[in-house]
Amino acid sequence: MAVCGIDVGSRTIKAVLLDAETKRILEFRKIETTYTPVDQCLKILDGLSAKQTVATGYGRKLLQDRMGSESVTEILAHALGAGHLFPECRSVLDIGGQDTKAISLDSLGRVAKFEMNDRCAAGTGKFLEFMATTFQVPIEKFGDFALEGQPGLSINSMCTVFAESEATSLMARGHKPQDIALALHQSVVKRSLSMLRRVSVNGPLVFSGGVALNRCVRELIERETKSRLLVAPQPDMLGALGAALYAAQ
Amino acid sequence: MTTEYEQMWKGLGLDLAAHDELLQVLGKGYQDIFLSQSDRPKGMDYFNFVMSEVHGLRVKELLDGKREGHKVVGSFCVFVPEEIVRAADATMVGLCTGAEFATEEVEKVLPRNTCALIKSAFGFKLGKVCPYIESADMIVGENTCDGKKKSYEVLDTLVPNLYVMDLPQKKSNEGRALLRAEYQKFKKAVEELTGVTIDAPRLKKGIEIVNNKRKAIQRLSELRKADPAPISGLDALLINQVFFYDDPIRFTDSVNKICDELEERVREGKGVFPKGRPRMLVSGCPMAVPNWKLPWIIETSGAVIVGEESCVGERGTRNQTDVSGSTLDELMEAIVDRYFKIDCAIFTPNPDRLEHIRQMSRDYRADGVIHYGLQFCQPYQIESLPVERSLEKSGIPTLRVDTDYSMEDVEQIKTRVEAFLERIGIPACSVCRCS
Repeated sequence: MAVCGIDVGSRTIKAVLLDAETKRILEFRKIETTYTPVDQCLKILDGLSAKQTVATGYGRKLLQDRMGSESVTEILAHALGAGHLFPECRSVLDIGGQDTKAISLDSLGRVAKFEMNDRCAAGTGKFLEFMATTFQVPIEKFGDFALEGQPGLSINSMCTVFAESEATSLMARGHKPQDIALALHQSVVKRSLSMLRRVSVNGPLVFSGGVALNRCVRELIERETKSRLLVAPQPDMLGALGAALYAAQ
Repeated sequence: MTTEYEQMWKGLGLDLAAHDELLQVLGKGYQDIFLSQSDRPKGMDYFNFVMSEVHGLRVKELLDGKREGHKVVGSFCVFVPEEIVRAADATMVGLCTGAEFATEEVEKVLPRNTCALIKSAFGFKLGKVCPYIESADMIVGENTCDGKKKSYEVLDTLVPNLYVMDLPQKKSNEGRALLRAEYQKFKKAVEELTGVTIDAPRLKKGIEIVNNKRKAIQRLSELRKADPAPISGLDALLINQVFFYDDPIRFTDSVNKICDELEERVREGKGVFPKGRPRMLVSGCPMAVPNWKLPWIIETSGAVIVGEESCVGERGTRNQTDVSGSTLDELMEAIVDRYFKIDCAIFTPNPDRLEHIRQMSRDYRADGVIHYGLQFCQPYQIESLPVERSLEKSGIPTLRVDTDYSMEDVEQIKTRVEAFLERIGIPACSVCRCS
């Protein structure tokens, strides 16, 4: 018997088909959210046969209204997904398209405390995407590009608009784009870790969400926390996986 | 109905077009948030009526009263003792501070990063849409936070009748002496305004009126301890908000009437939501009409609010003024004693507030505390961190929400509130790997 979890994110929609008994992942799909998220949801679910579907992500209510599917928040979904793949984990950092979430888990894997950015998308995937465009580097390569840079510069502003002007003035002063890109990544990490520290992290940390695909952010977090990160092969799947696990319960 | 009052509003100098717009938004908000609730107590009809006439009939009453010599005193804070105002046959009203209005005008005279409550008060004045501030014979400002204190300097250039009351910042003997001196001065100012000399019998009567009003609210709060809750948090908040506007005697009767009905509900085990629904205590900054955003999010996310640790709520109404004294001095001392207990975050240190949150969360059997901070409200925002830490440490789940009056962060707040409820609501074994 299969169940489905769908994570309707601001940039991409992810779906996981899960065997309800063995908890084995049968299928993972991903699609752009675009401006017609409902249509995209129907497209991604097309052909997936599940006895129950649970939605998460910012668009979780869209499906609730449309298909009557139950919904859980991204926070619970990522906690469930992370706990399933990495039973030893005690905290989760999820950086998605427009939200950052820091979650600490208790010894049973339940959400003990969480923090989330408010209306401003500073330091999220959107921020990196915007900056990558400024540097004319594809978002998938932006992390590698930044890793070519030398440390020493710093970007203090977290606001996308202000950070862009900071980056522009650094460029005007003749700094290498790679060095500036590294500074931008460092600012994202700094902000995320301060959020994480507020939920008091102890124990292994899972990094999830689309930004976990960025090698530079991963390496900088490991350097800062002096510990190894737990990252799934497809870290942007964790929300959908968590929703599917919830559906399986 | 609008046209009936147009002459009155014009006479007060309101901007009719802008005011119409405000009433429309208010009416729609009220419809969507309040009237759409199910199983509301019948007694809420009265409060629906008050809200539908909040800029109409109530203002007409105030103006009629003024013609009979009853002065109107407008206030922004629960530190302004209504007992003294009532003793001089004057009427006290809370001034409008719960919605964004004329923001561009406001930002010409105040910095952008001023808290929403202060900006709102200025917006209602500058946008010429608050009949209360225009009806007031005296506007009382009070030196609570720095934001208010400094902005009163600006407000003073916009209104002809601002009276600023100083307030202590420490609960010391010196602090109490300051409050006492300020209340004496305020009494004198009210006497000068009204031409009434406040004597002991008058003050006693003023105290009784206000005590009765608070007693009715306390009765309402008591009933909210039941599970299922007999009234929604939104409706209870609305009653707490109307507390600041309505005729006190009629208000007291109406609250008592709804309490009779709620007692019946509690006896029958009837509630507005099913039994066992997660119970939330909201703590923090005050919520003036029509600031209903957070409670609305909470109650449409599957929880019920059972108490407000707030100035518009229990912080403002919990203590009574001792009316047993017979001399003017004794009664004035009793008023000072009563107000000096208010555990506003402007006091340093302010341990009583934390204790009160704990006590409320016990008494109302709350499953969690949602701390509401207005952005740029330093006293409550700074206090929220140690409050959160301390509550969590003693096993009371706490969520901090900092926001303002705009609606742009509704979805983010909803996610956080839902995640908080998920965190509270999940039984130990449904997620653990023991199955």
